[in-house]
Amino acid sequence: MTVPEYTADDYDVIVVGAGHAGSEAALAAARMGQKTMLITLNLEMVAFMPCNPSVGGPAKGIVVREVDALGGQMGKNIDATYIQMRMLNTGKGPAVRALRAQADKNAYHRVMKDTLENTPNLTLRQGMATDLIVEDGECRGVVTNTGARYRAKSVVLTAGTSSRGKIIIGELMYSSGPNNSIPSIELSENLEKLGFKLRRFKTGTPPRVNGNTIDYDQTQEEPGDKTPNAFSFTTKDADYVTDQMSCWMTYTNEETHKIIRANLKRAPMFSGVIKGVGPRYCPSIEDKVVRFADKPRHQIFLEPEGRDTSEYYVGDFSTSMPEEIQQKMLHTVAGLQHAKMMRPGYAIEYDVIEPWQLTHTLETKHVKNLFTAGQMNGTSGYEEAAGQGIIAGINAALRAQGKPGFTLGRDQAYIGVMIDDLVTKGTNEPYRLLTSRAEYRLVLRHDNADLRLTEKGHTLGLIDDDRYAAFETKKQAIQAEMDRLHSIRIKPGQAVDDFLASKGGAPLKDGILASDFLKRPEVSYEDLAQFMPDHPDVDRRVIEQVTIQIKYAGYIAKEQQKIDRLHRLEAKKIPAHIDYNAINGIATEARQKLTKIQPETIAQAGRISGVNPADVAILSVYIEQGKIAKVG
Amino acid sequence: MANSITAYDTIAAISTPPGEGGISIVRLSGDEAIQVAQRVFKGKDLANVPTHTINYGHIVDPATQDVVDEVMVSVMRAPKTYTREDVIEINCHGGIVDTNRILQLLLSQGARMAEPGEFTKRAFLNGRIDLTQAESVMDLIRAKTDKAMQVAVDQLDGNLSHLIKNLRQDIFSVLGQEEVNIDYPEYEMDEVTGKMMLEKAQKVRDHLVQLLKTANQGKILREGLATAIIGRPNVGKSSLLNYLLHEDKAIVTDVAGTTRDTLEEYVNVRGVPLKLVDTAGIHHTTDKVEKIGVERSKKALGQADLVLLVLDASAPLQSDDRELLKATQDKKRIILLNKTDLPAALHPENLEALVTDDSRIISVSILKTAGLDALEAAIARLFFGEGIENSQSNVLVTNARQYGLLAQAKAALDEVITALQNEVPLDLVQIDMTTAWEKMGEVVGENAPDELITQLFSQFCLGK
Repeated sequence: MTVPEYTADDYDVIVVGAGHAGSEAALAAARMGQKTMLITLNLEMVAFMPCNPSVGGPAKGIVVREVDALGGQMGKNIDATYIQMRMLNTGKGPAVRALRAQADKNAYHRVMKDTLENTPNLTLRQGMATDLIVEDGECRGVVTNTGARYRAKSVVLTAGTSSRGKIIIGELMYSSGPNNSIPSIELSENLEKLGFKLRRFKTGTPPRVNGNTIDYDQTQEEPGDKTPNAFSFTTKDADYVTDQMSCWMTYTNEETHKIIRANLKRAPMFSGVIKGVGPRYCPSIEDKVVRFADKPRHQIFLEPEGRDTSEYYVGDFSTSMPEEIQQKMLHTVAGLQHAKMMRPGYAIEYDVIEPWQLTHTLETKHVKNLFTAGQMNGTSGYEEAAGQGIIAGINAALRAQGKPGFTLGRDQAYIGVMIDDLVTKGTNEPYRLLTSRAEYRLVLRHDNADLRLTEKGHTLGLIDDDRYAAFETKKQAIQAEMDRLHSIRIKPGQAVDDFLASKGGAPLKDGILASDFLKRPEVSYEDLAQFMPDHPDVDRRVIEQVTIQIKYAGYIAKEQQKIDRLHRLEAKKIPAHIDYNAINGIATEARQKLTKIQPETIAQAGRISGVNPADVAILSVYIEQGKIAKVG
Repeated sequence: MANSITAYDTIAAISTPPGEGGISIVRLSGDEAIQVAQRVFKGKDLANVPTHTINYGHIVDPATQDVVDEVMVSVMRAPKTYTREDVIEINCHGGIVDTNRILQLLLSQGARMAEPGEFTKRAFLNGRIDLTQAESVMDLIRAKTDKAMQVAVDQLDGNLSHLIKNLRQDIFSVLGQEEVNIDYPEYEMDEVTGKMMLEKAQKVRDHLVQLLKTANQGKILREGLATAIIGRPNVGKSSLLNYLLHEDKAIVTDVAGTTRDTLEEYVNVRGVPLKLVDTAGIHHTTDKVEKIGVERSKKALGQADLVLLVLDASAPLQSDDRELLKATQDKKRIILLNKTDLPAALHPENLEALVTDDSRIISVSILKTAGLDALEAAIARLFFGEGIENSQSNVLVTNARQYGLLAQAKAALDEVITALQNEVPLDLVQIDMTTAWEKMGEVVGENAPDELITQLFSQFCLGK
């Protein structure tokens, strides 16, 4: 029986789905002054973490800081709800250091919901969007299963893994969103009717066990850091959580692997039940055992899911084996012999929109005013979702205001790298950000995300004046300290020579600039400080910037050269509606890809897989020769 | 015959070096190549002959019906041609006047004069060849000897590409591992250590150093070894020049386009192309210009990679000789004691005090062609040394672009090595490691930025 439709409220921006992408999108739009509605299947699942209870890590942690610098919420939300904080890769250079927090899942959800509820211009609603209102190739709103027709100037879809979601546990398979939530079926069907190309992806999650039944003595403790760190620029050191919860590491063993191998025929990944493409970088445990048959053990991380729950996430043990087998597998692991499983792991298949159908603003090429973000665009990870969410929200708001779009380049943010990858290359598996995807990662550091993006966030109206003033103060302090170190001379003398000798360095022959002294590999800022008279009190974040900018100036300059070259190629625009069939000599595959993706610049064309340098050369020559007009 | 990938207009050019060669070739490429040729050709109907056939006939000026030349015309239809377009090659009798006239006739019948390198550019643009191969083709055109031809051909087969691709793989193996370490810090995986990176960097660097060493030889194969014959008047410079220019050694008589007053002549000595500099100065030595012989010799030295210093063995050493010995002491040189057919007044031993380096001293009689084998052998040895001729493959770096990129790659690896020695964090070191990898990629066209394309084509010479 069809539900009669009724005309509901009008909005500037409607966001469908309140996961990590949708929350950021709605907040950005509302904060930019747009009358915004955020509609989601279940209000108990706002900013829900259906998989690992953590935020950040290499590349991802940098995205969180970027979202924060643009005025987004993820950084603040995790800072308010973490139970453990760790800086990773501290043994490596500044470019790849990354912050990761263990989240209190329920708190994370509650605090985000609270923020959404208390944001002006924002209406949070439970409901299921089933269709889009599309008129003249433009999206003008959404229709819900209760018959409400909401009109809007722009719409952001962030359906996540709910789109025709299907959970698989061994032989069991049923229609479901993440964690047994209702799936969204009709919306997918209607997107296909609109002409969008969808595909099936697969992801999975491991079982959860009761922490009271873990024998921690057989595992290795992984505590948090003592030194305060935070994701958001606004979070104070004084608020650093000191009573952190630990994670615990253990291993699988031959016994575990034996059980897996003996039951492979019941594993949907191998029995052929699962058709979706899973991520290579996050394989299930059965996948690992098969692919790395010679490895005697695999690491497992036991991560607490929060303070108000005893559930533990069995990290790196993602599986879709039958429940019975999962239990047996768990019981072979040191520390988990008597563990009580609370939820089985499962695999989930879902629809994604092929992301090459989007522009860099995350608007669909096919339907104007329609934006998509998050897992729906083929990514995986809360941070990736949030990064797209804020960009989609910003652009939906700009569109509603009739303003030009906002994009980030590969040299400006990991978010820029991710979106460019998605819209330029598409993705054949759930896309995860990796530091190696960034060509200019020494410039895209986590410590300078604020320096890179706060200005932009402020211009967009997402960073308030107080915070902007604090940012300006920090910026000036960095400059002042740089100037100071470039003016003070360190004179040779016994103290300096003794210090250098103790570090295995050569003594000073002449006086040198403090900045040059700091460039020496063996010298830290603190070392330098003791040789400077009247050393003022400098904020440690300023010290961090100054140290990095001075010590790694040579490397940073090198990346800057590469960036300059990128800009030259980005400046070579490809005319819109170019007919690639009219260009002779481009290989067939390249021709198809170019036609499909319609790159905006020569640089982007060059990044499309299957478009090789010869094709780009031809394209450049073609454009330069101005033959476009000639070929009819 | 039109083809889906060939909608370029038809271009024409003389594709053999200008001069009085035996046969000249005028080439056409493009959609209308066959039609254009047909309009000036009297013989078979070229439109109906099978592809890849050679057809006898005459070039006739359609306006006057004058027969211009007796020719053989090759018809090659797309896509199995150099440019992947329809190609016509007219083999004519070589005289510059006739060849030019044929070209002009073709231009008058609808062909367009090819820009420098345009044939190769089309081959490239039509996907026929990759960048390294395109450059090799360019070198092929310039190749002055069979040896050079071999290097160029080897490169067409992708020997250099292959070597560089392997070296890139070496770099990539550590780059990739390091990336994994960075993105998955909590996992127990093999950590790339500074030592591992250092080993790879050094290994690849050493290979690059070897490759770069070949660059000079590559350049010589392409451009010829600039050689100056010097000596005071009447020691036999002219005879030596004539000896070198005869006996089928002369391979290109003229690059400037005129036959007289040439400044450079090319000869092939045992596979080594010599570019004889300032030969006019020698030709003229019988005239009154003779007076300035020594001064002029010194001037020629400046451009020379190799000096053949001729001394008169039948006369004692003179001050001019000493001056020239001194002027050439820093050069790669071969000292010839000529006129051994006459009673000797100057012996190799007499030079011992003056020639302290390892310059070869060879006694010859150019007049009697005695000792000249030793001279040729010395030239060949000087050039090929231990390496090239004996090495299994002729992988040479033959042009400036490749040289430049490989030198940059090597410089990046030098920085990698220095940084590792200074214990700079690996992810920073990796920036230079990546640069090296990218530069090497550019050599093989796997990473071509657009400047490359511009530069590349500006280097092409006219015709093929």
